[in-house]
Amino acid sequence: MSSAESTQAAVIAEPHIEEHAHRDDVRSRMGMWLFLFSELLLFGGLFLMYSVYRYMHQTDFSIASKEMNTFLGTLNTVILLTSSLTMALAINAMQRGKKGLSIFLQIFTILCGAAFMVNKFIEWSHEFAKGNYPGSAILASKPKGQILYFGLYYSMVGLHGIHVLVGMTIIAFMLVFTIRGKITPDNYVKLEAAGLYWHLVDIIWIFLFPLFYLIT
Amino acid sequence: MSGETLALSQNEHNVNYLDYQGKHKGIWGWLLSTDHKRIGILYMITVLSFFAVGVTLGFLIRLELLTPQGTIVGPQAYNEFFTVHGIIMIFIVVIPVIPSVFGNFFLPIMLGAKDVAFPRLNLLSWYLYIIGGAMILLSLVLPGGAADTGWTFYIPYSVRTGTNMIFTLAAVFIIGFSSILTGLNFLTTIHRMRAPGMGWFKMPLFAWSLYATSWIQVIVTPIVGITLLMVIVERVFHVGIFDPTLGGDPLLFQHMFWMYSHPAVYIIIVPAMGVISEVVPVFSQRTIFGYKFIAYSSLGIAIFGSLVWAHHMFATGMSNTAEFVFSLLTFLVAIPSAIKVFNWTATLYKGSIKLEPPLLYALAFIFLFSIGGLTGIIQGALNVDLYLTDTYFIVGHIHYVVFGGTGFGLFAALHYWLPKMFGRMYNKKVAKVAFWITFVGFNILYFPFLILGWLGMPRRSYHYLPQYQVYHVIATVGSWILVTGLLIMFINLLVSIIKGKKVTEENIWGGETLEWKVATPPTVENFEEIPQVVEGPYEYKQNEYELEEEVK
Repeated sequence: MSSAESTQAAVIAEPHIEEHAHRDDVRSRMGMWLFLFSELLLFGGLFLMYSVYRYMHQTDFSIASKEMNTFLGTLNTVILLTSSLTMALAINAMQRGKKGLSIFLQIFTILCGAAFMVNKFIEWSHEFAKGNYPGSAILASKPKGQILYFGLYYSMVGLHGIHVLVGMTIIAFMLVFTIRGKITPDNYVKLEAAGLYWHLVDIIWIFLFPLFYLIT
Repeated sequence: MSGETLALSQNEHNVNYLDYQGKHKGIWGWLLSTDHKRIGILYMITVLSFFAVGVTLGFLIRLELLTPQGTIVGPQAYNEFFTVHGIIMIFIVVIPVIPSVFGNFFLPIMLGAKDVAFPRLNLLSWYLYIIGGAMILLSLVLPGGAADTGWTFYIPYSVRTGTNMIFTLAAVFIIGFSSILTGLNFLTTIHRMRAPGMGWFKMPLFAWSLYATSWIQVIVTPIVGITLLMVIVERVFHVGIFDPTLGGDPLLFQHMFWMYSHPAVYIIIVPAMGVISEVVPVFSQRTIFGYKFIAYSSLGIAIFGSLVWAHHMFATGMSNTAEFVFSLLTFLVAIPSAIKVFNWTATLYKGSIKLEPPLLYALAFIFLFSIGGLTGIIQGALNVDLYLTDTYFIVGHIHYVVFGGTGFGLFAALHYWLPKMFGRMYNKKVAKVAFWITFVGFNILYFPFLILGWLGMPRRSYHYLPQYQVYHVIATVGSWILVTGLLIMFINLLVSIIKGKKVTEENIWGGETLEWKVATPPTVENFEEIPQVVEGPYEYKQNEYELEEEVK
């Protein structure tokens, strides 16, 4: 067959380039960004539900949001923003070769996440005590818009809480990698990806906070 | 990932991937392999097994509808049959099949790469996929019974029914995750791992179609994921989200479901179009007509296809403006598909056509997909759709698009690439006989659906009026013919893998893409040296030259 002669690919030997091609940080980062993008869209579905139901039940949403503890919400916002800062500093410390500082900052970030979850627990306990939980008779007797508000509150904040726990687990792994010397000033792309994930958790909270606590 | 690849390159890397003995031996060498080719084969075995389950259920549904009253099963079992048939066929078979099997196997080779961007993630997607699939199968046998809501899970029935909904919904959620990870993997592979010299417009069109598909997967799958997750949450914790008794809006569920599930139609069909774009130029030995148009039309389908979801809901009482806009967009999305059909036909024109089995299936794809596409346009018209909504017309339409399109695209891909994957050729005569039986059976089965729908036969109905029976009988006979054809086809392919005639030549069909320039079957590392690409993928120069001479 004649066309086979016009080969499309002339083969060249580049063994050295190929060796280096095994590690491609841009590739790793791109994969992480795409993953974060799909995570944003996962929450996007919930934000869509929120906006539709808020539009349908404006007064009920406003009444229900007054039940929220704005102080604890603000405290959690401060905690999470601080943890994002320490995470960024942990990566920066690793880039500058300060392994000890990076380890300290990573531990601090995990502790911030834990503090956030403890606060959340206190908050949810209060709401449960007031009877504002799914399936309770008190909530069921309220107008439908308020039932939806609390349904969305528990779903969105709950799913965000799961993401906080996952983020803490990921950073804990990074901590182990750092201590064992698998994350180095030359190869810190894993830590960077973990940082990106933690910022995503942060940014979602930044939107949840005003939607549930501040807008009345 | 890098550690393992490095270890391989130090070993003998020119052994073929089927015989290769790596770190793990025997079956573990497959189940723990991160080689994209082995993962492709794993997908092939599992997807085709699920396909067999889906076909069996479809066969039983047709048998049940032979008579207007009950024939072989009760109404509850019938509801479960069509639900599980839909879930298996849509979520477990046609959505993953072409990207996961042939995309995994051939995308890296076509791009001149040694593997996908994230090989371990690739294996994880397969495990998520089989966990989800196993959960669906379990829901069939566990007490409570399989889901009976139809594959669309419409609210409020899906929060009220006593069947194993949680299991089923969780399974679809997990499979969605697998789909997102595959999409993410392919996008990164295409962006970062093309061989030197392979610019975007030197990529094979199959890679282009996977690129468009992967974007749809990454963008829309999370939406259905969160929607189904909320239905689970609603069932378990009685949280008010969609259930109208708790203030929810069932229409919002429908919107969010179709926001994924309409684009999912394009996840299903675009990779099959990619296969056809490979097969047609090879078997007519001509440069593909309008390469850039085909590449861009894949992206066009991905963009417009994501904006037409509400045409599934014309009968639900949306605003007139919304109906008008969605109807218009539905007509527009037909344009990029039509561009492809015209380009394939133009490629065939004056080509040196070799009517081998892959081309037969590709031609059947063009014919059946055109019927499927045109019946879709009919339903895009608002007034006609009000009459046709929830009739057999839509069932006929979906089967022409999904089975006639992706199903036949899959068969074309199997006949085109299987000899390359296993180094053994199937019996071509048997393959052609199987093709004609399948093609005839397909039309006898599904064409009566269009007539039935036009006459007003509702879908998903266990009983029907006696005047419809003649069409149901024809369709059921068609299903017997179709299943016969499928059996012959798959037995022929299976026999060829085990003891077919050995092929060792690299270029089995005379293709110009990179997979025809590596060994048959490919070696573990695909390429000993990464190739330098200098030309586009469909340069049939000799033939083009002769054509020009002829014109002069």
